[in-house]
Amino acid sequence: MRRQFGDFSATRLRAQIVKEILSLLRDPRSRLLVFAPPLMQLLIFAFAATLEVRNADMAVYNHDAGQWSHELVARVGAADFVDRLYTVRSRDELRQLINRRRVIAALDIPQDFSRNIIAGRTAKVQVIVDGRRSNAGQITVGYLSLIAADVGAAARRALLHESAVGVRHWFNPNLVYRWFVVPALAGILVFFSALMITALSIARERELGTFDQLLVSPTTTLEIIVAKTMPALAVGVVLGLMMIAASAFIFRIPFQGSFWWLLPSLLLFILSVVGIGLMVSAVSATQQQAILGASAIGVPAVLMSGFATPVENMPVVLQWMAQGIPLTHFLVVVQGTFLKAMPASDIIANTWPLGVIALVSLSLATLFVRSGLE
Amino acid sequence: MSTTAGGRVTNDLAGHEMSTRPTPDSGRTPDQDVAVVIDNVTKQFGEVEALRGLSAGIRYGRLTGLVRPDGAGKTTLMRIMTGLLVPDGGHVTLAGFDVVRDNDAIHIASGYMPQRFGLYEDLSVMENLRLYAQLRGLDADQHGDLFASLLDFTRLGPFTMRLAGKLSGGMKQKLGLACALMARPRVLLLDEPSVGVDPVSRQDLWRMVQALTDDGMAVVWLTAYLDEAERCECVLLLNEGRLEFDGPPQELTGRLKQRSFRLTGAGDERRTLLSRALDLASVGDGVIQGDAVRVVLRQDVLREEIDTLAGSVGATVEPVQPRFEDAFIDLLGGGPGGTSALAERMEPVELDSDIAVSCRNLTRRFGDFTATDNVSFEVRKGEIFGLLGPNGAGKSTTFKMLCGLQKPTEGGAQVVGHDLRRATGAAKGRLGYMAQKFSLYGLLSVRQNLEFSAGVYGLDGATRRSRVNEMIETFDLQQYLGTSPDSLPLGFKQRLALACALMHRPPVLFLDEPTSGVDPITRREFWTHINGLARKGVTVMVTTHFMDEAEYCDRVAMMYNARLIALDTPDALKRDSRSDRHPDPTMEDAFIDLVESAEGRDQAGMDAKGAA
Repeated sequence: MRRQFGDFSATRLRAQIVKEILSLLRDPRSRLLVFAPPLMQLLIFAFAATLEVRNADMAVYNHDAGQWSHELVARVGAADFVDRLYTVRSRDELRQLINRRRVIAALDIPQDFSRNIIAGRTAKVQVIVDGRRSNAGQITVGYLSLIAADVGAAARRALLHESAVGVRHWFNPNLVYRWFVVPALAGILVFFSALMITALSIARERELGTFDQLLVSPTTTLEIIVAKTMPALAVGVVLGLMMIAASAFIFRIPFQGSFWWLLPSLLLFILSVVGIGLMVSAVSATQQQAILGASAIGVPAVLMSGFATPVENMPVVLQWMAQGIPLTHFLVVVQGTFLKAMPASDIIANTWPLGVIALVSLSLATLFVRSGLE
Repeated sequence: MSTTAGGRVTNDLAGHEMSTRPTPDSGRTPDQDVAVVIDNVTKQFGEVEALRGLSAGIRYGRLTGLVRPDGAGKTTLMRIMTGLLVPDGGHVTLAGFDVVRDNDAIHIASGYMPQRFGLYEDLSVMENLRLYAQLRGLDADQHGDLFASLLDFTRLGPFTMRLAGKLSGGMKQKLGLACALMARPRVLLLDEPSVGVDPVSRQDLWRMVQALTDDGMAVVWLTAYLDEAERCECVLLLNEGRLEFDGPPQELTGRLKQRSFRLTGAGDERRTLLSRALDLASVGDGVIQGDAVRVVLRQDVLREEIDTLAGSVGATVEPVQPRFEDAFIDLLGGGPGGTSALAERMEPVELDSDIAVSCRNLTRRFGDFTATDNVSFEVRKGEIFGLLGPNGAGKSTTFKMLCGLQKPTEGGAQVVGHDLRRATGAAKGRLGYMAQKFSLYGLLSVRQNLEFSAGVYGLDGATRRSRVNEMIETFDLQQYLGTSPDSLPLGFKQRLALACALMHRPPVLFLDEPTSGVDPITRREFWTHINGLARKGVTVMVTTHFMDEAEYCDRVAMMYNARLIALDTPDALKRDSRSDRHPDPTMEDAFIDLVESAEGRDQAGMDAKGAA
């Protein structure tokens, strides 16, 4: 080990770093392939991967002529997510509209709706949802229940002269889904790019035979790993910054925190991903193996990172494993920085694990390359 | 139109005294006799003209060699013949079917074995056979006899359960052949069947092809090896998309009567002798053959110059039989000169000790498997040392341990006095390495490749600039500096790889199959450099499949079954294998003889153990 460090040569290292940068960026096509797809994916996914329902058409079959049913219909009609509200006069008409997918859901308000409310009894509304569109339908039902609850609250206030109770969501007052999803997507896309670039780097040289050429030269394993880390780190950080800029300026997501605290966290995040990528690459004999290996690590890493389900909801064992995923920590930092001006202490608490992952994975990558010689 | 082309070819053939077997059924009309008619075929890929108006005929019951010493043309022609590629112009008729119009019929009439046969490595030999039978529309269960005869024919019987991926290169080719023969084709097309196949397996392939042509099948054997072309009954020689020669190889060789000579008795001076001979105006081509030098004179020149030269170093000149390769080089206007611009610039190598590379009890085991078993030898400074052996004999593992790519399980190796285990960096700084596939960075330009090699060996500043410029000048790379090595002509690619390997002026050079897939002219240029380097005291370690190239070596280590079975000069190895069957054995004969007797010894040893 001592000898390996003692042999460190700046000339050899520089030659290799230049080689790595050129192999990544000399060819205009590969230059485009490094930067364009992640940015395009951010744009596409940010619009596509939404859990909101917008521009929904609804139908109402109102049997009740009372005040409160009118109040309910008016509120539904005015709701943001509703585009058109059809008023129907028969059950048949209602069924037709759903069958033909003209509406996603329909309200059937019974005759005694207003009467029940005034009498202080529970009033019921039937909601008929197109089960073929179950996901959007469920979300619609959620929205409708909120409106119904509002109507209920208003009715109680009117009857009992109660004071209004309002709910206010902190950090994302209007619960704009995109505010939550775009910074996380930026992290995930950078994660995949950095993982792939590095996972391919050693494997490609193995396939071409240039890796042997490198190994017979006096260069050390450590130099090889450092030389492969630097350009990937630079590209990853640049890509990360582009994503963050796109989130802030294109998607207009409020950037509350400190950029200067986000930057070191981003750096360590990329470094830890580069380490994992090189680890995969060091044990892959071909590029195909490297791609499969990177996907086998990348996909579960994203799913367990807290993007899809909160880490706290997972079984304890998986929660521990999630701590080994760089994305878990970085998502906390990037979302916190964007939406709530996360304090430095919290950023540090979520950044040091990234340093540990980077150190461990890069050391392992070095070891794997060296043991390939045994 | 195709009739005319066929007729022309047949007339050509009939015009010569055929020393090979006569056509079995001479009563046939020429048309029936011709299996494949190639009529004025052209094919272009972008700027590259792979075929330019090619016309030729291939006959039944005969082995036809399709020879182009490198590159695209011949594979293109092969793919056109199988209907995989549509020609830009002209027609090809195979067994009476037009390859474009009757494409479906072609697949039934022909068997095609691509360079890397599409064997499924995770299936066993038998499963591969069954799969190909089914792909051919045969009911696998009803063809037990066919399988048995194919397995018997290819001698793969004992290995039916083995996974195809675990077969040796030669056995894979035999299995590929069995699959291609499945539908009993009338025309069999073999695309470089002998690449990666050791001489013993190669001999087997020849035997099988011989049996097939005896049955009346037309066999086309695509090859880059000219010694293989010489064994074919008829040869189509392609160069730069044109047909240079069409006829029996003996005819081409016959043109060189009284022009091939062997110069013997020069001893240690043979490399100098070759270099000086090649610089003579009257000499077109020359190679080293063990202790002797073989030269080919240009057309219509006197042997006076070569006699004078030989006399000056005390060598004797004797005329020898010309070879097909001589004729080929002559056809292309002769090989390169004898002076290596590279070696001229090198300082003579000075070493503390006379031993440049040595290994002691070198052993490498992978689990139960021993790849290299107790190998020891020493290589002297300035020696060209060859490592030969069939596939899987352990030569590449041994080679890798010698240059530090693999660590020995036991024993050790030294390069110019540095132990590869302890002073890895120091030892690696003194060796140059050129890998089989040239291993250049395709994503970098030629200049960037040169600069990278200089940098990775710690050359910096003015030294680096001057070395890089020197290599550019020596190897004439100026015009290609900005392009990618991938788009270089093969010869230049090889020059660049050599330049990169020699950038740091290593006293020891490791070459791993340096000339596979390289045309004979480029190969000669390469050996001119290597000979020059050896004369300057550079030690060269080389593994090779080309038996011709083993002749360039001062000494050859022959490996078989992980062990060193012979280590001597090429001449001594040939002398030892002299027998009634081979009174004047070639290097290939010596190789086969050594491997067979080692096999015999192994068998005897096992029998003795069993008896005890």
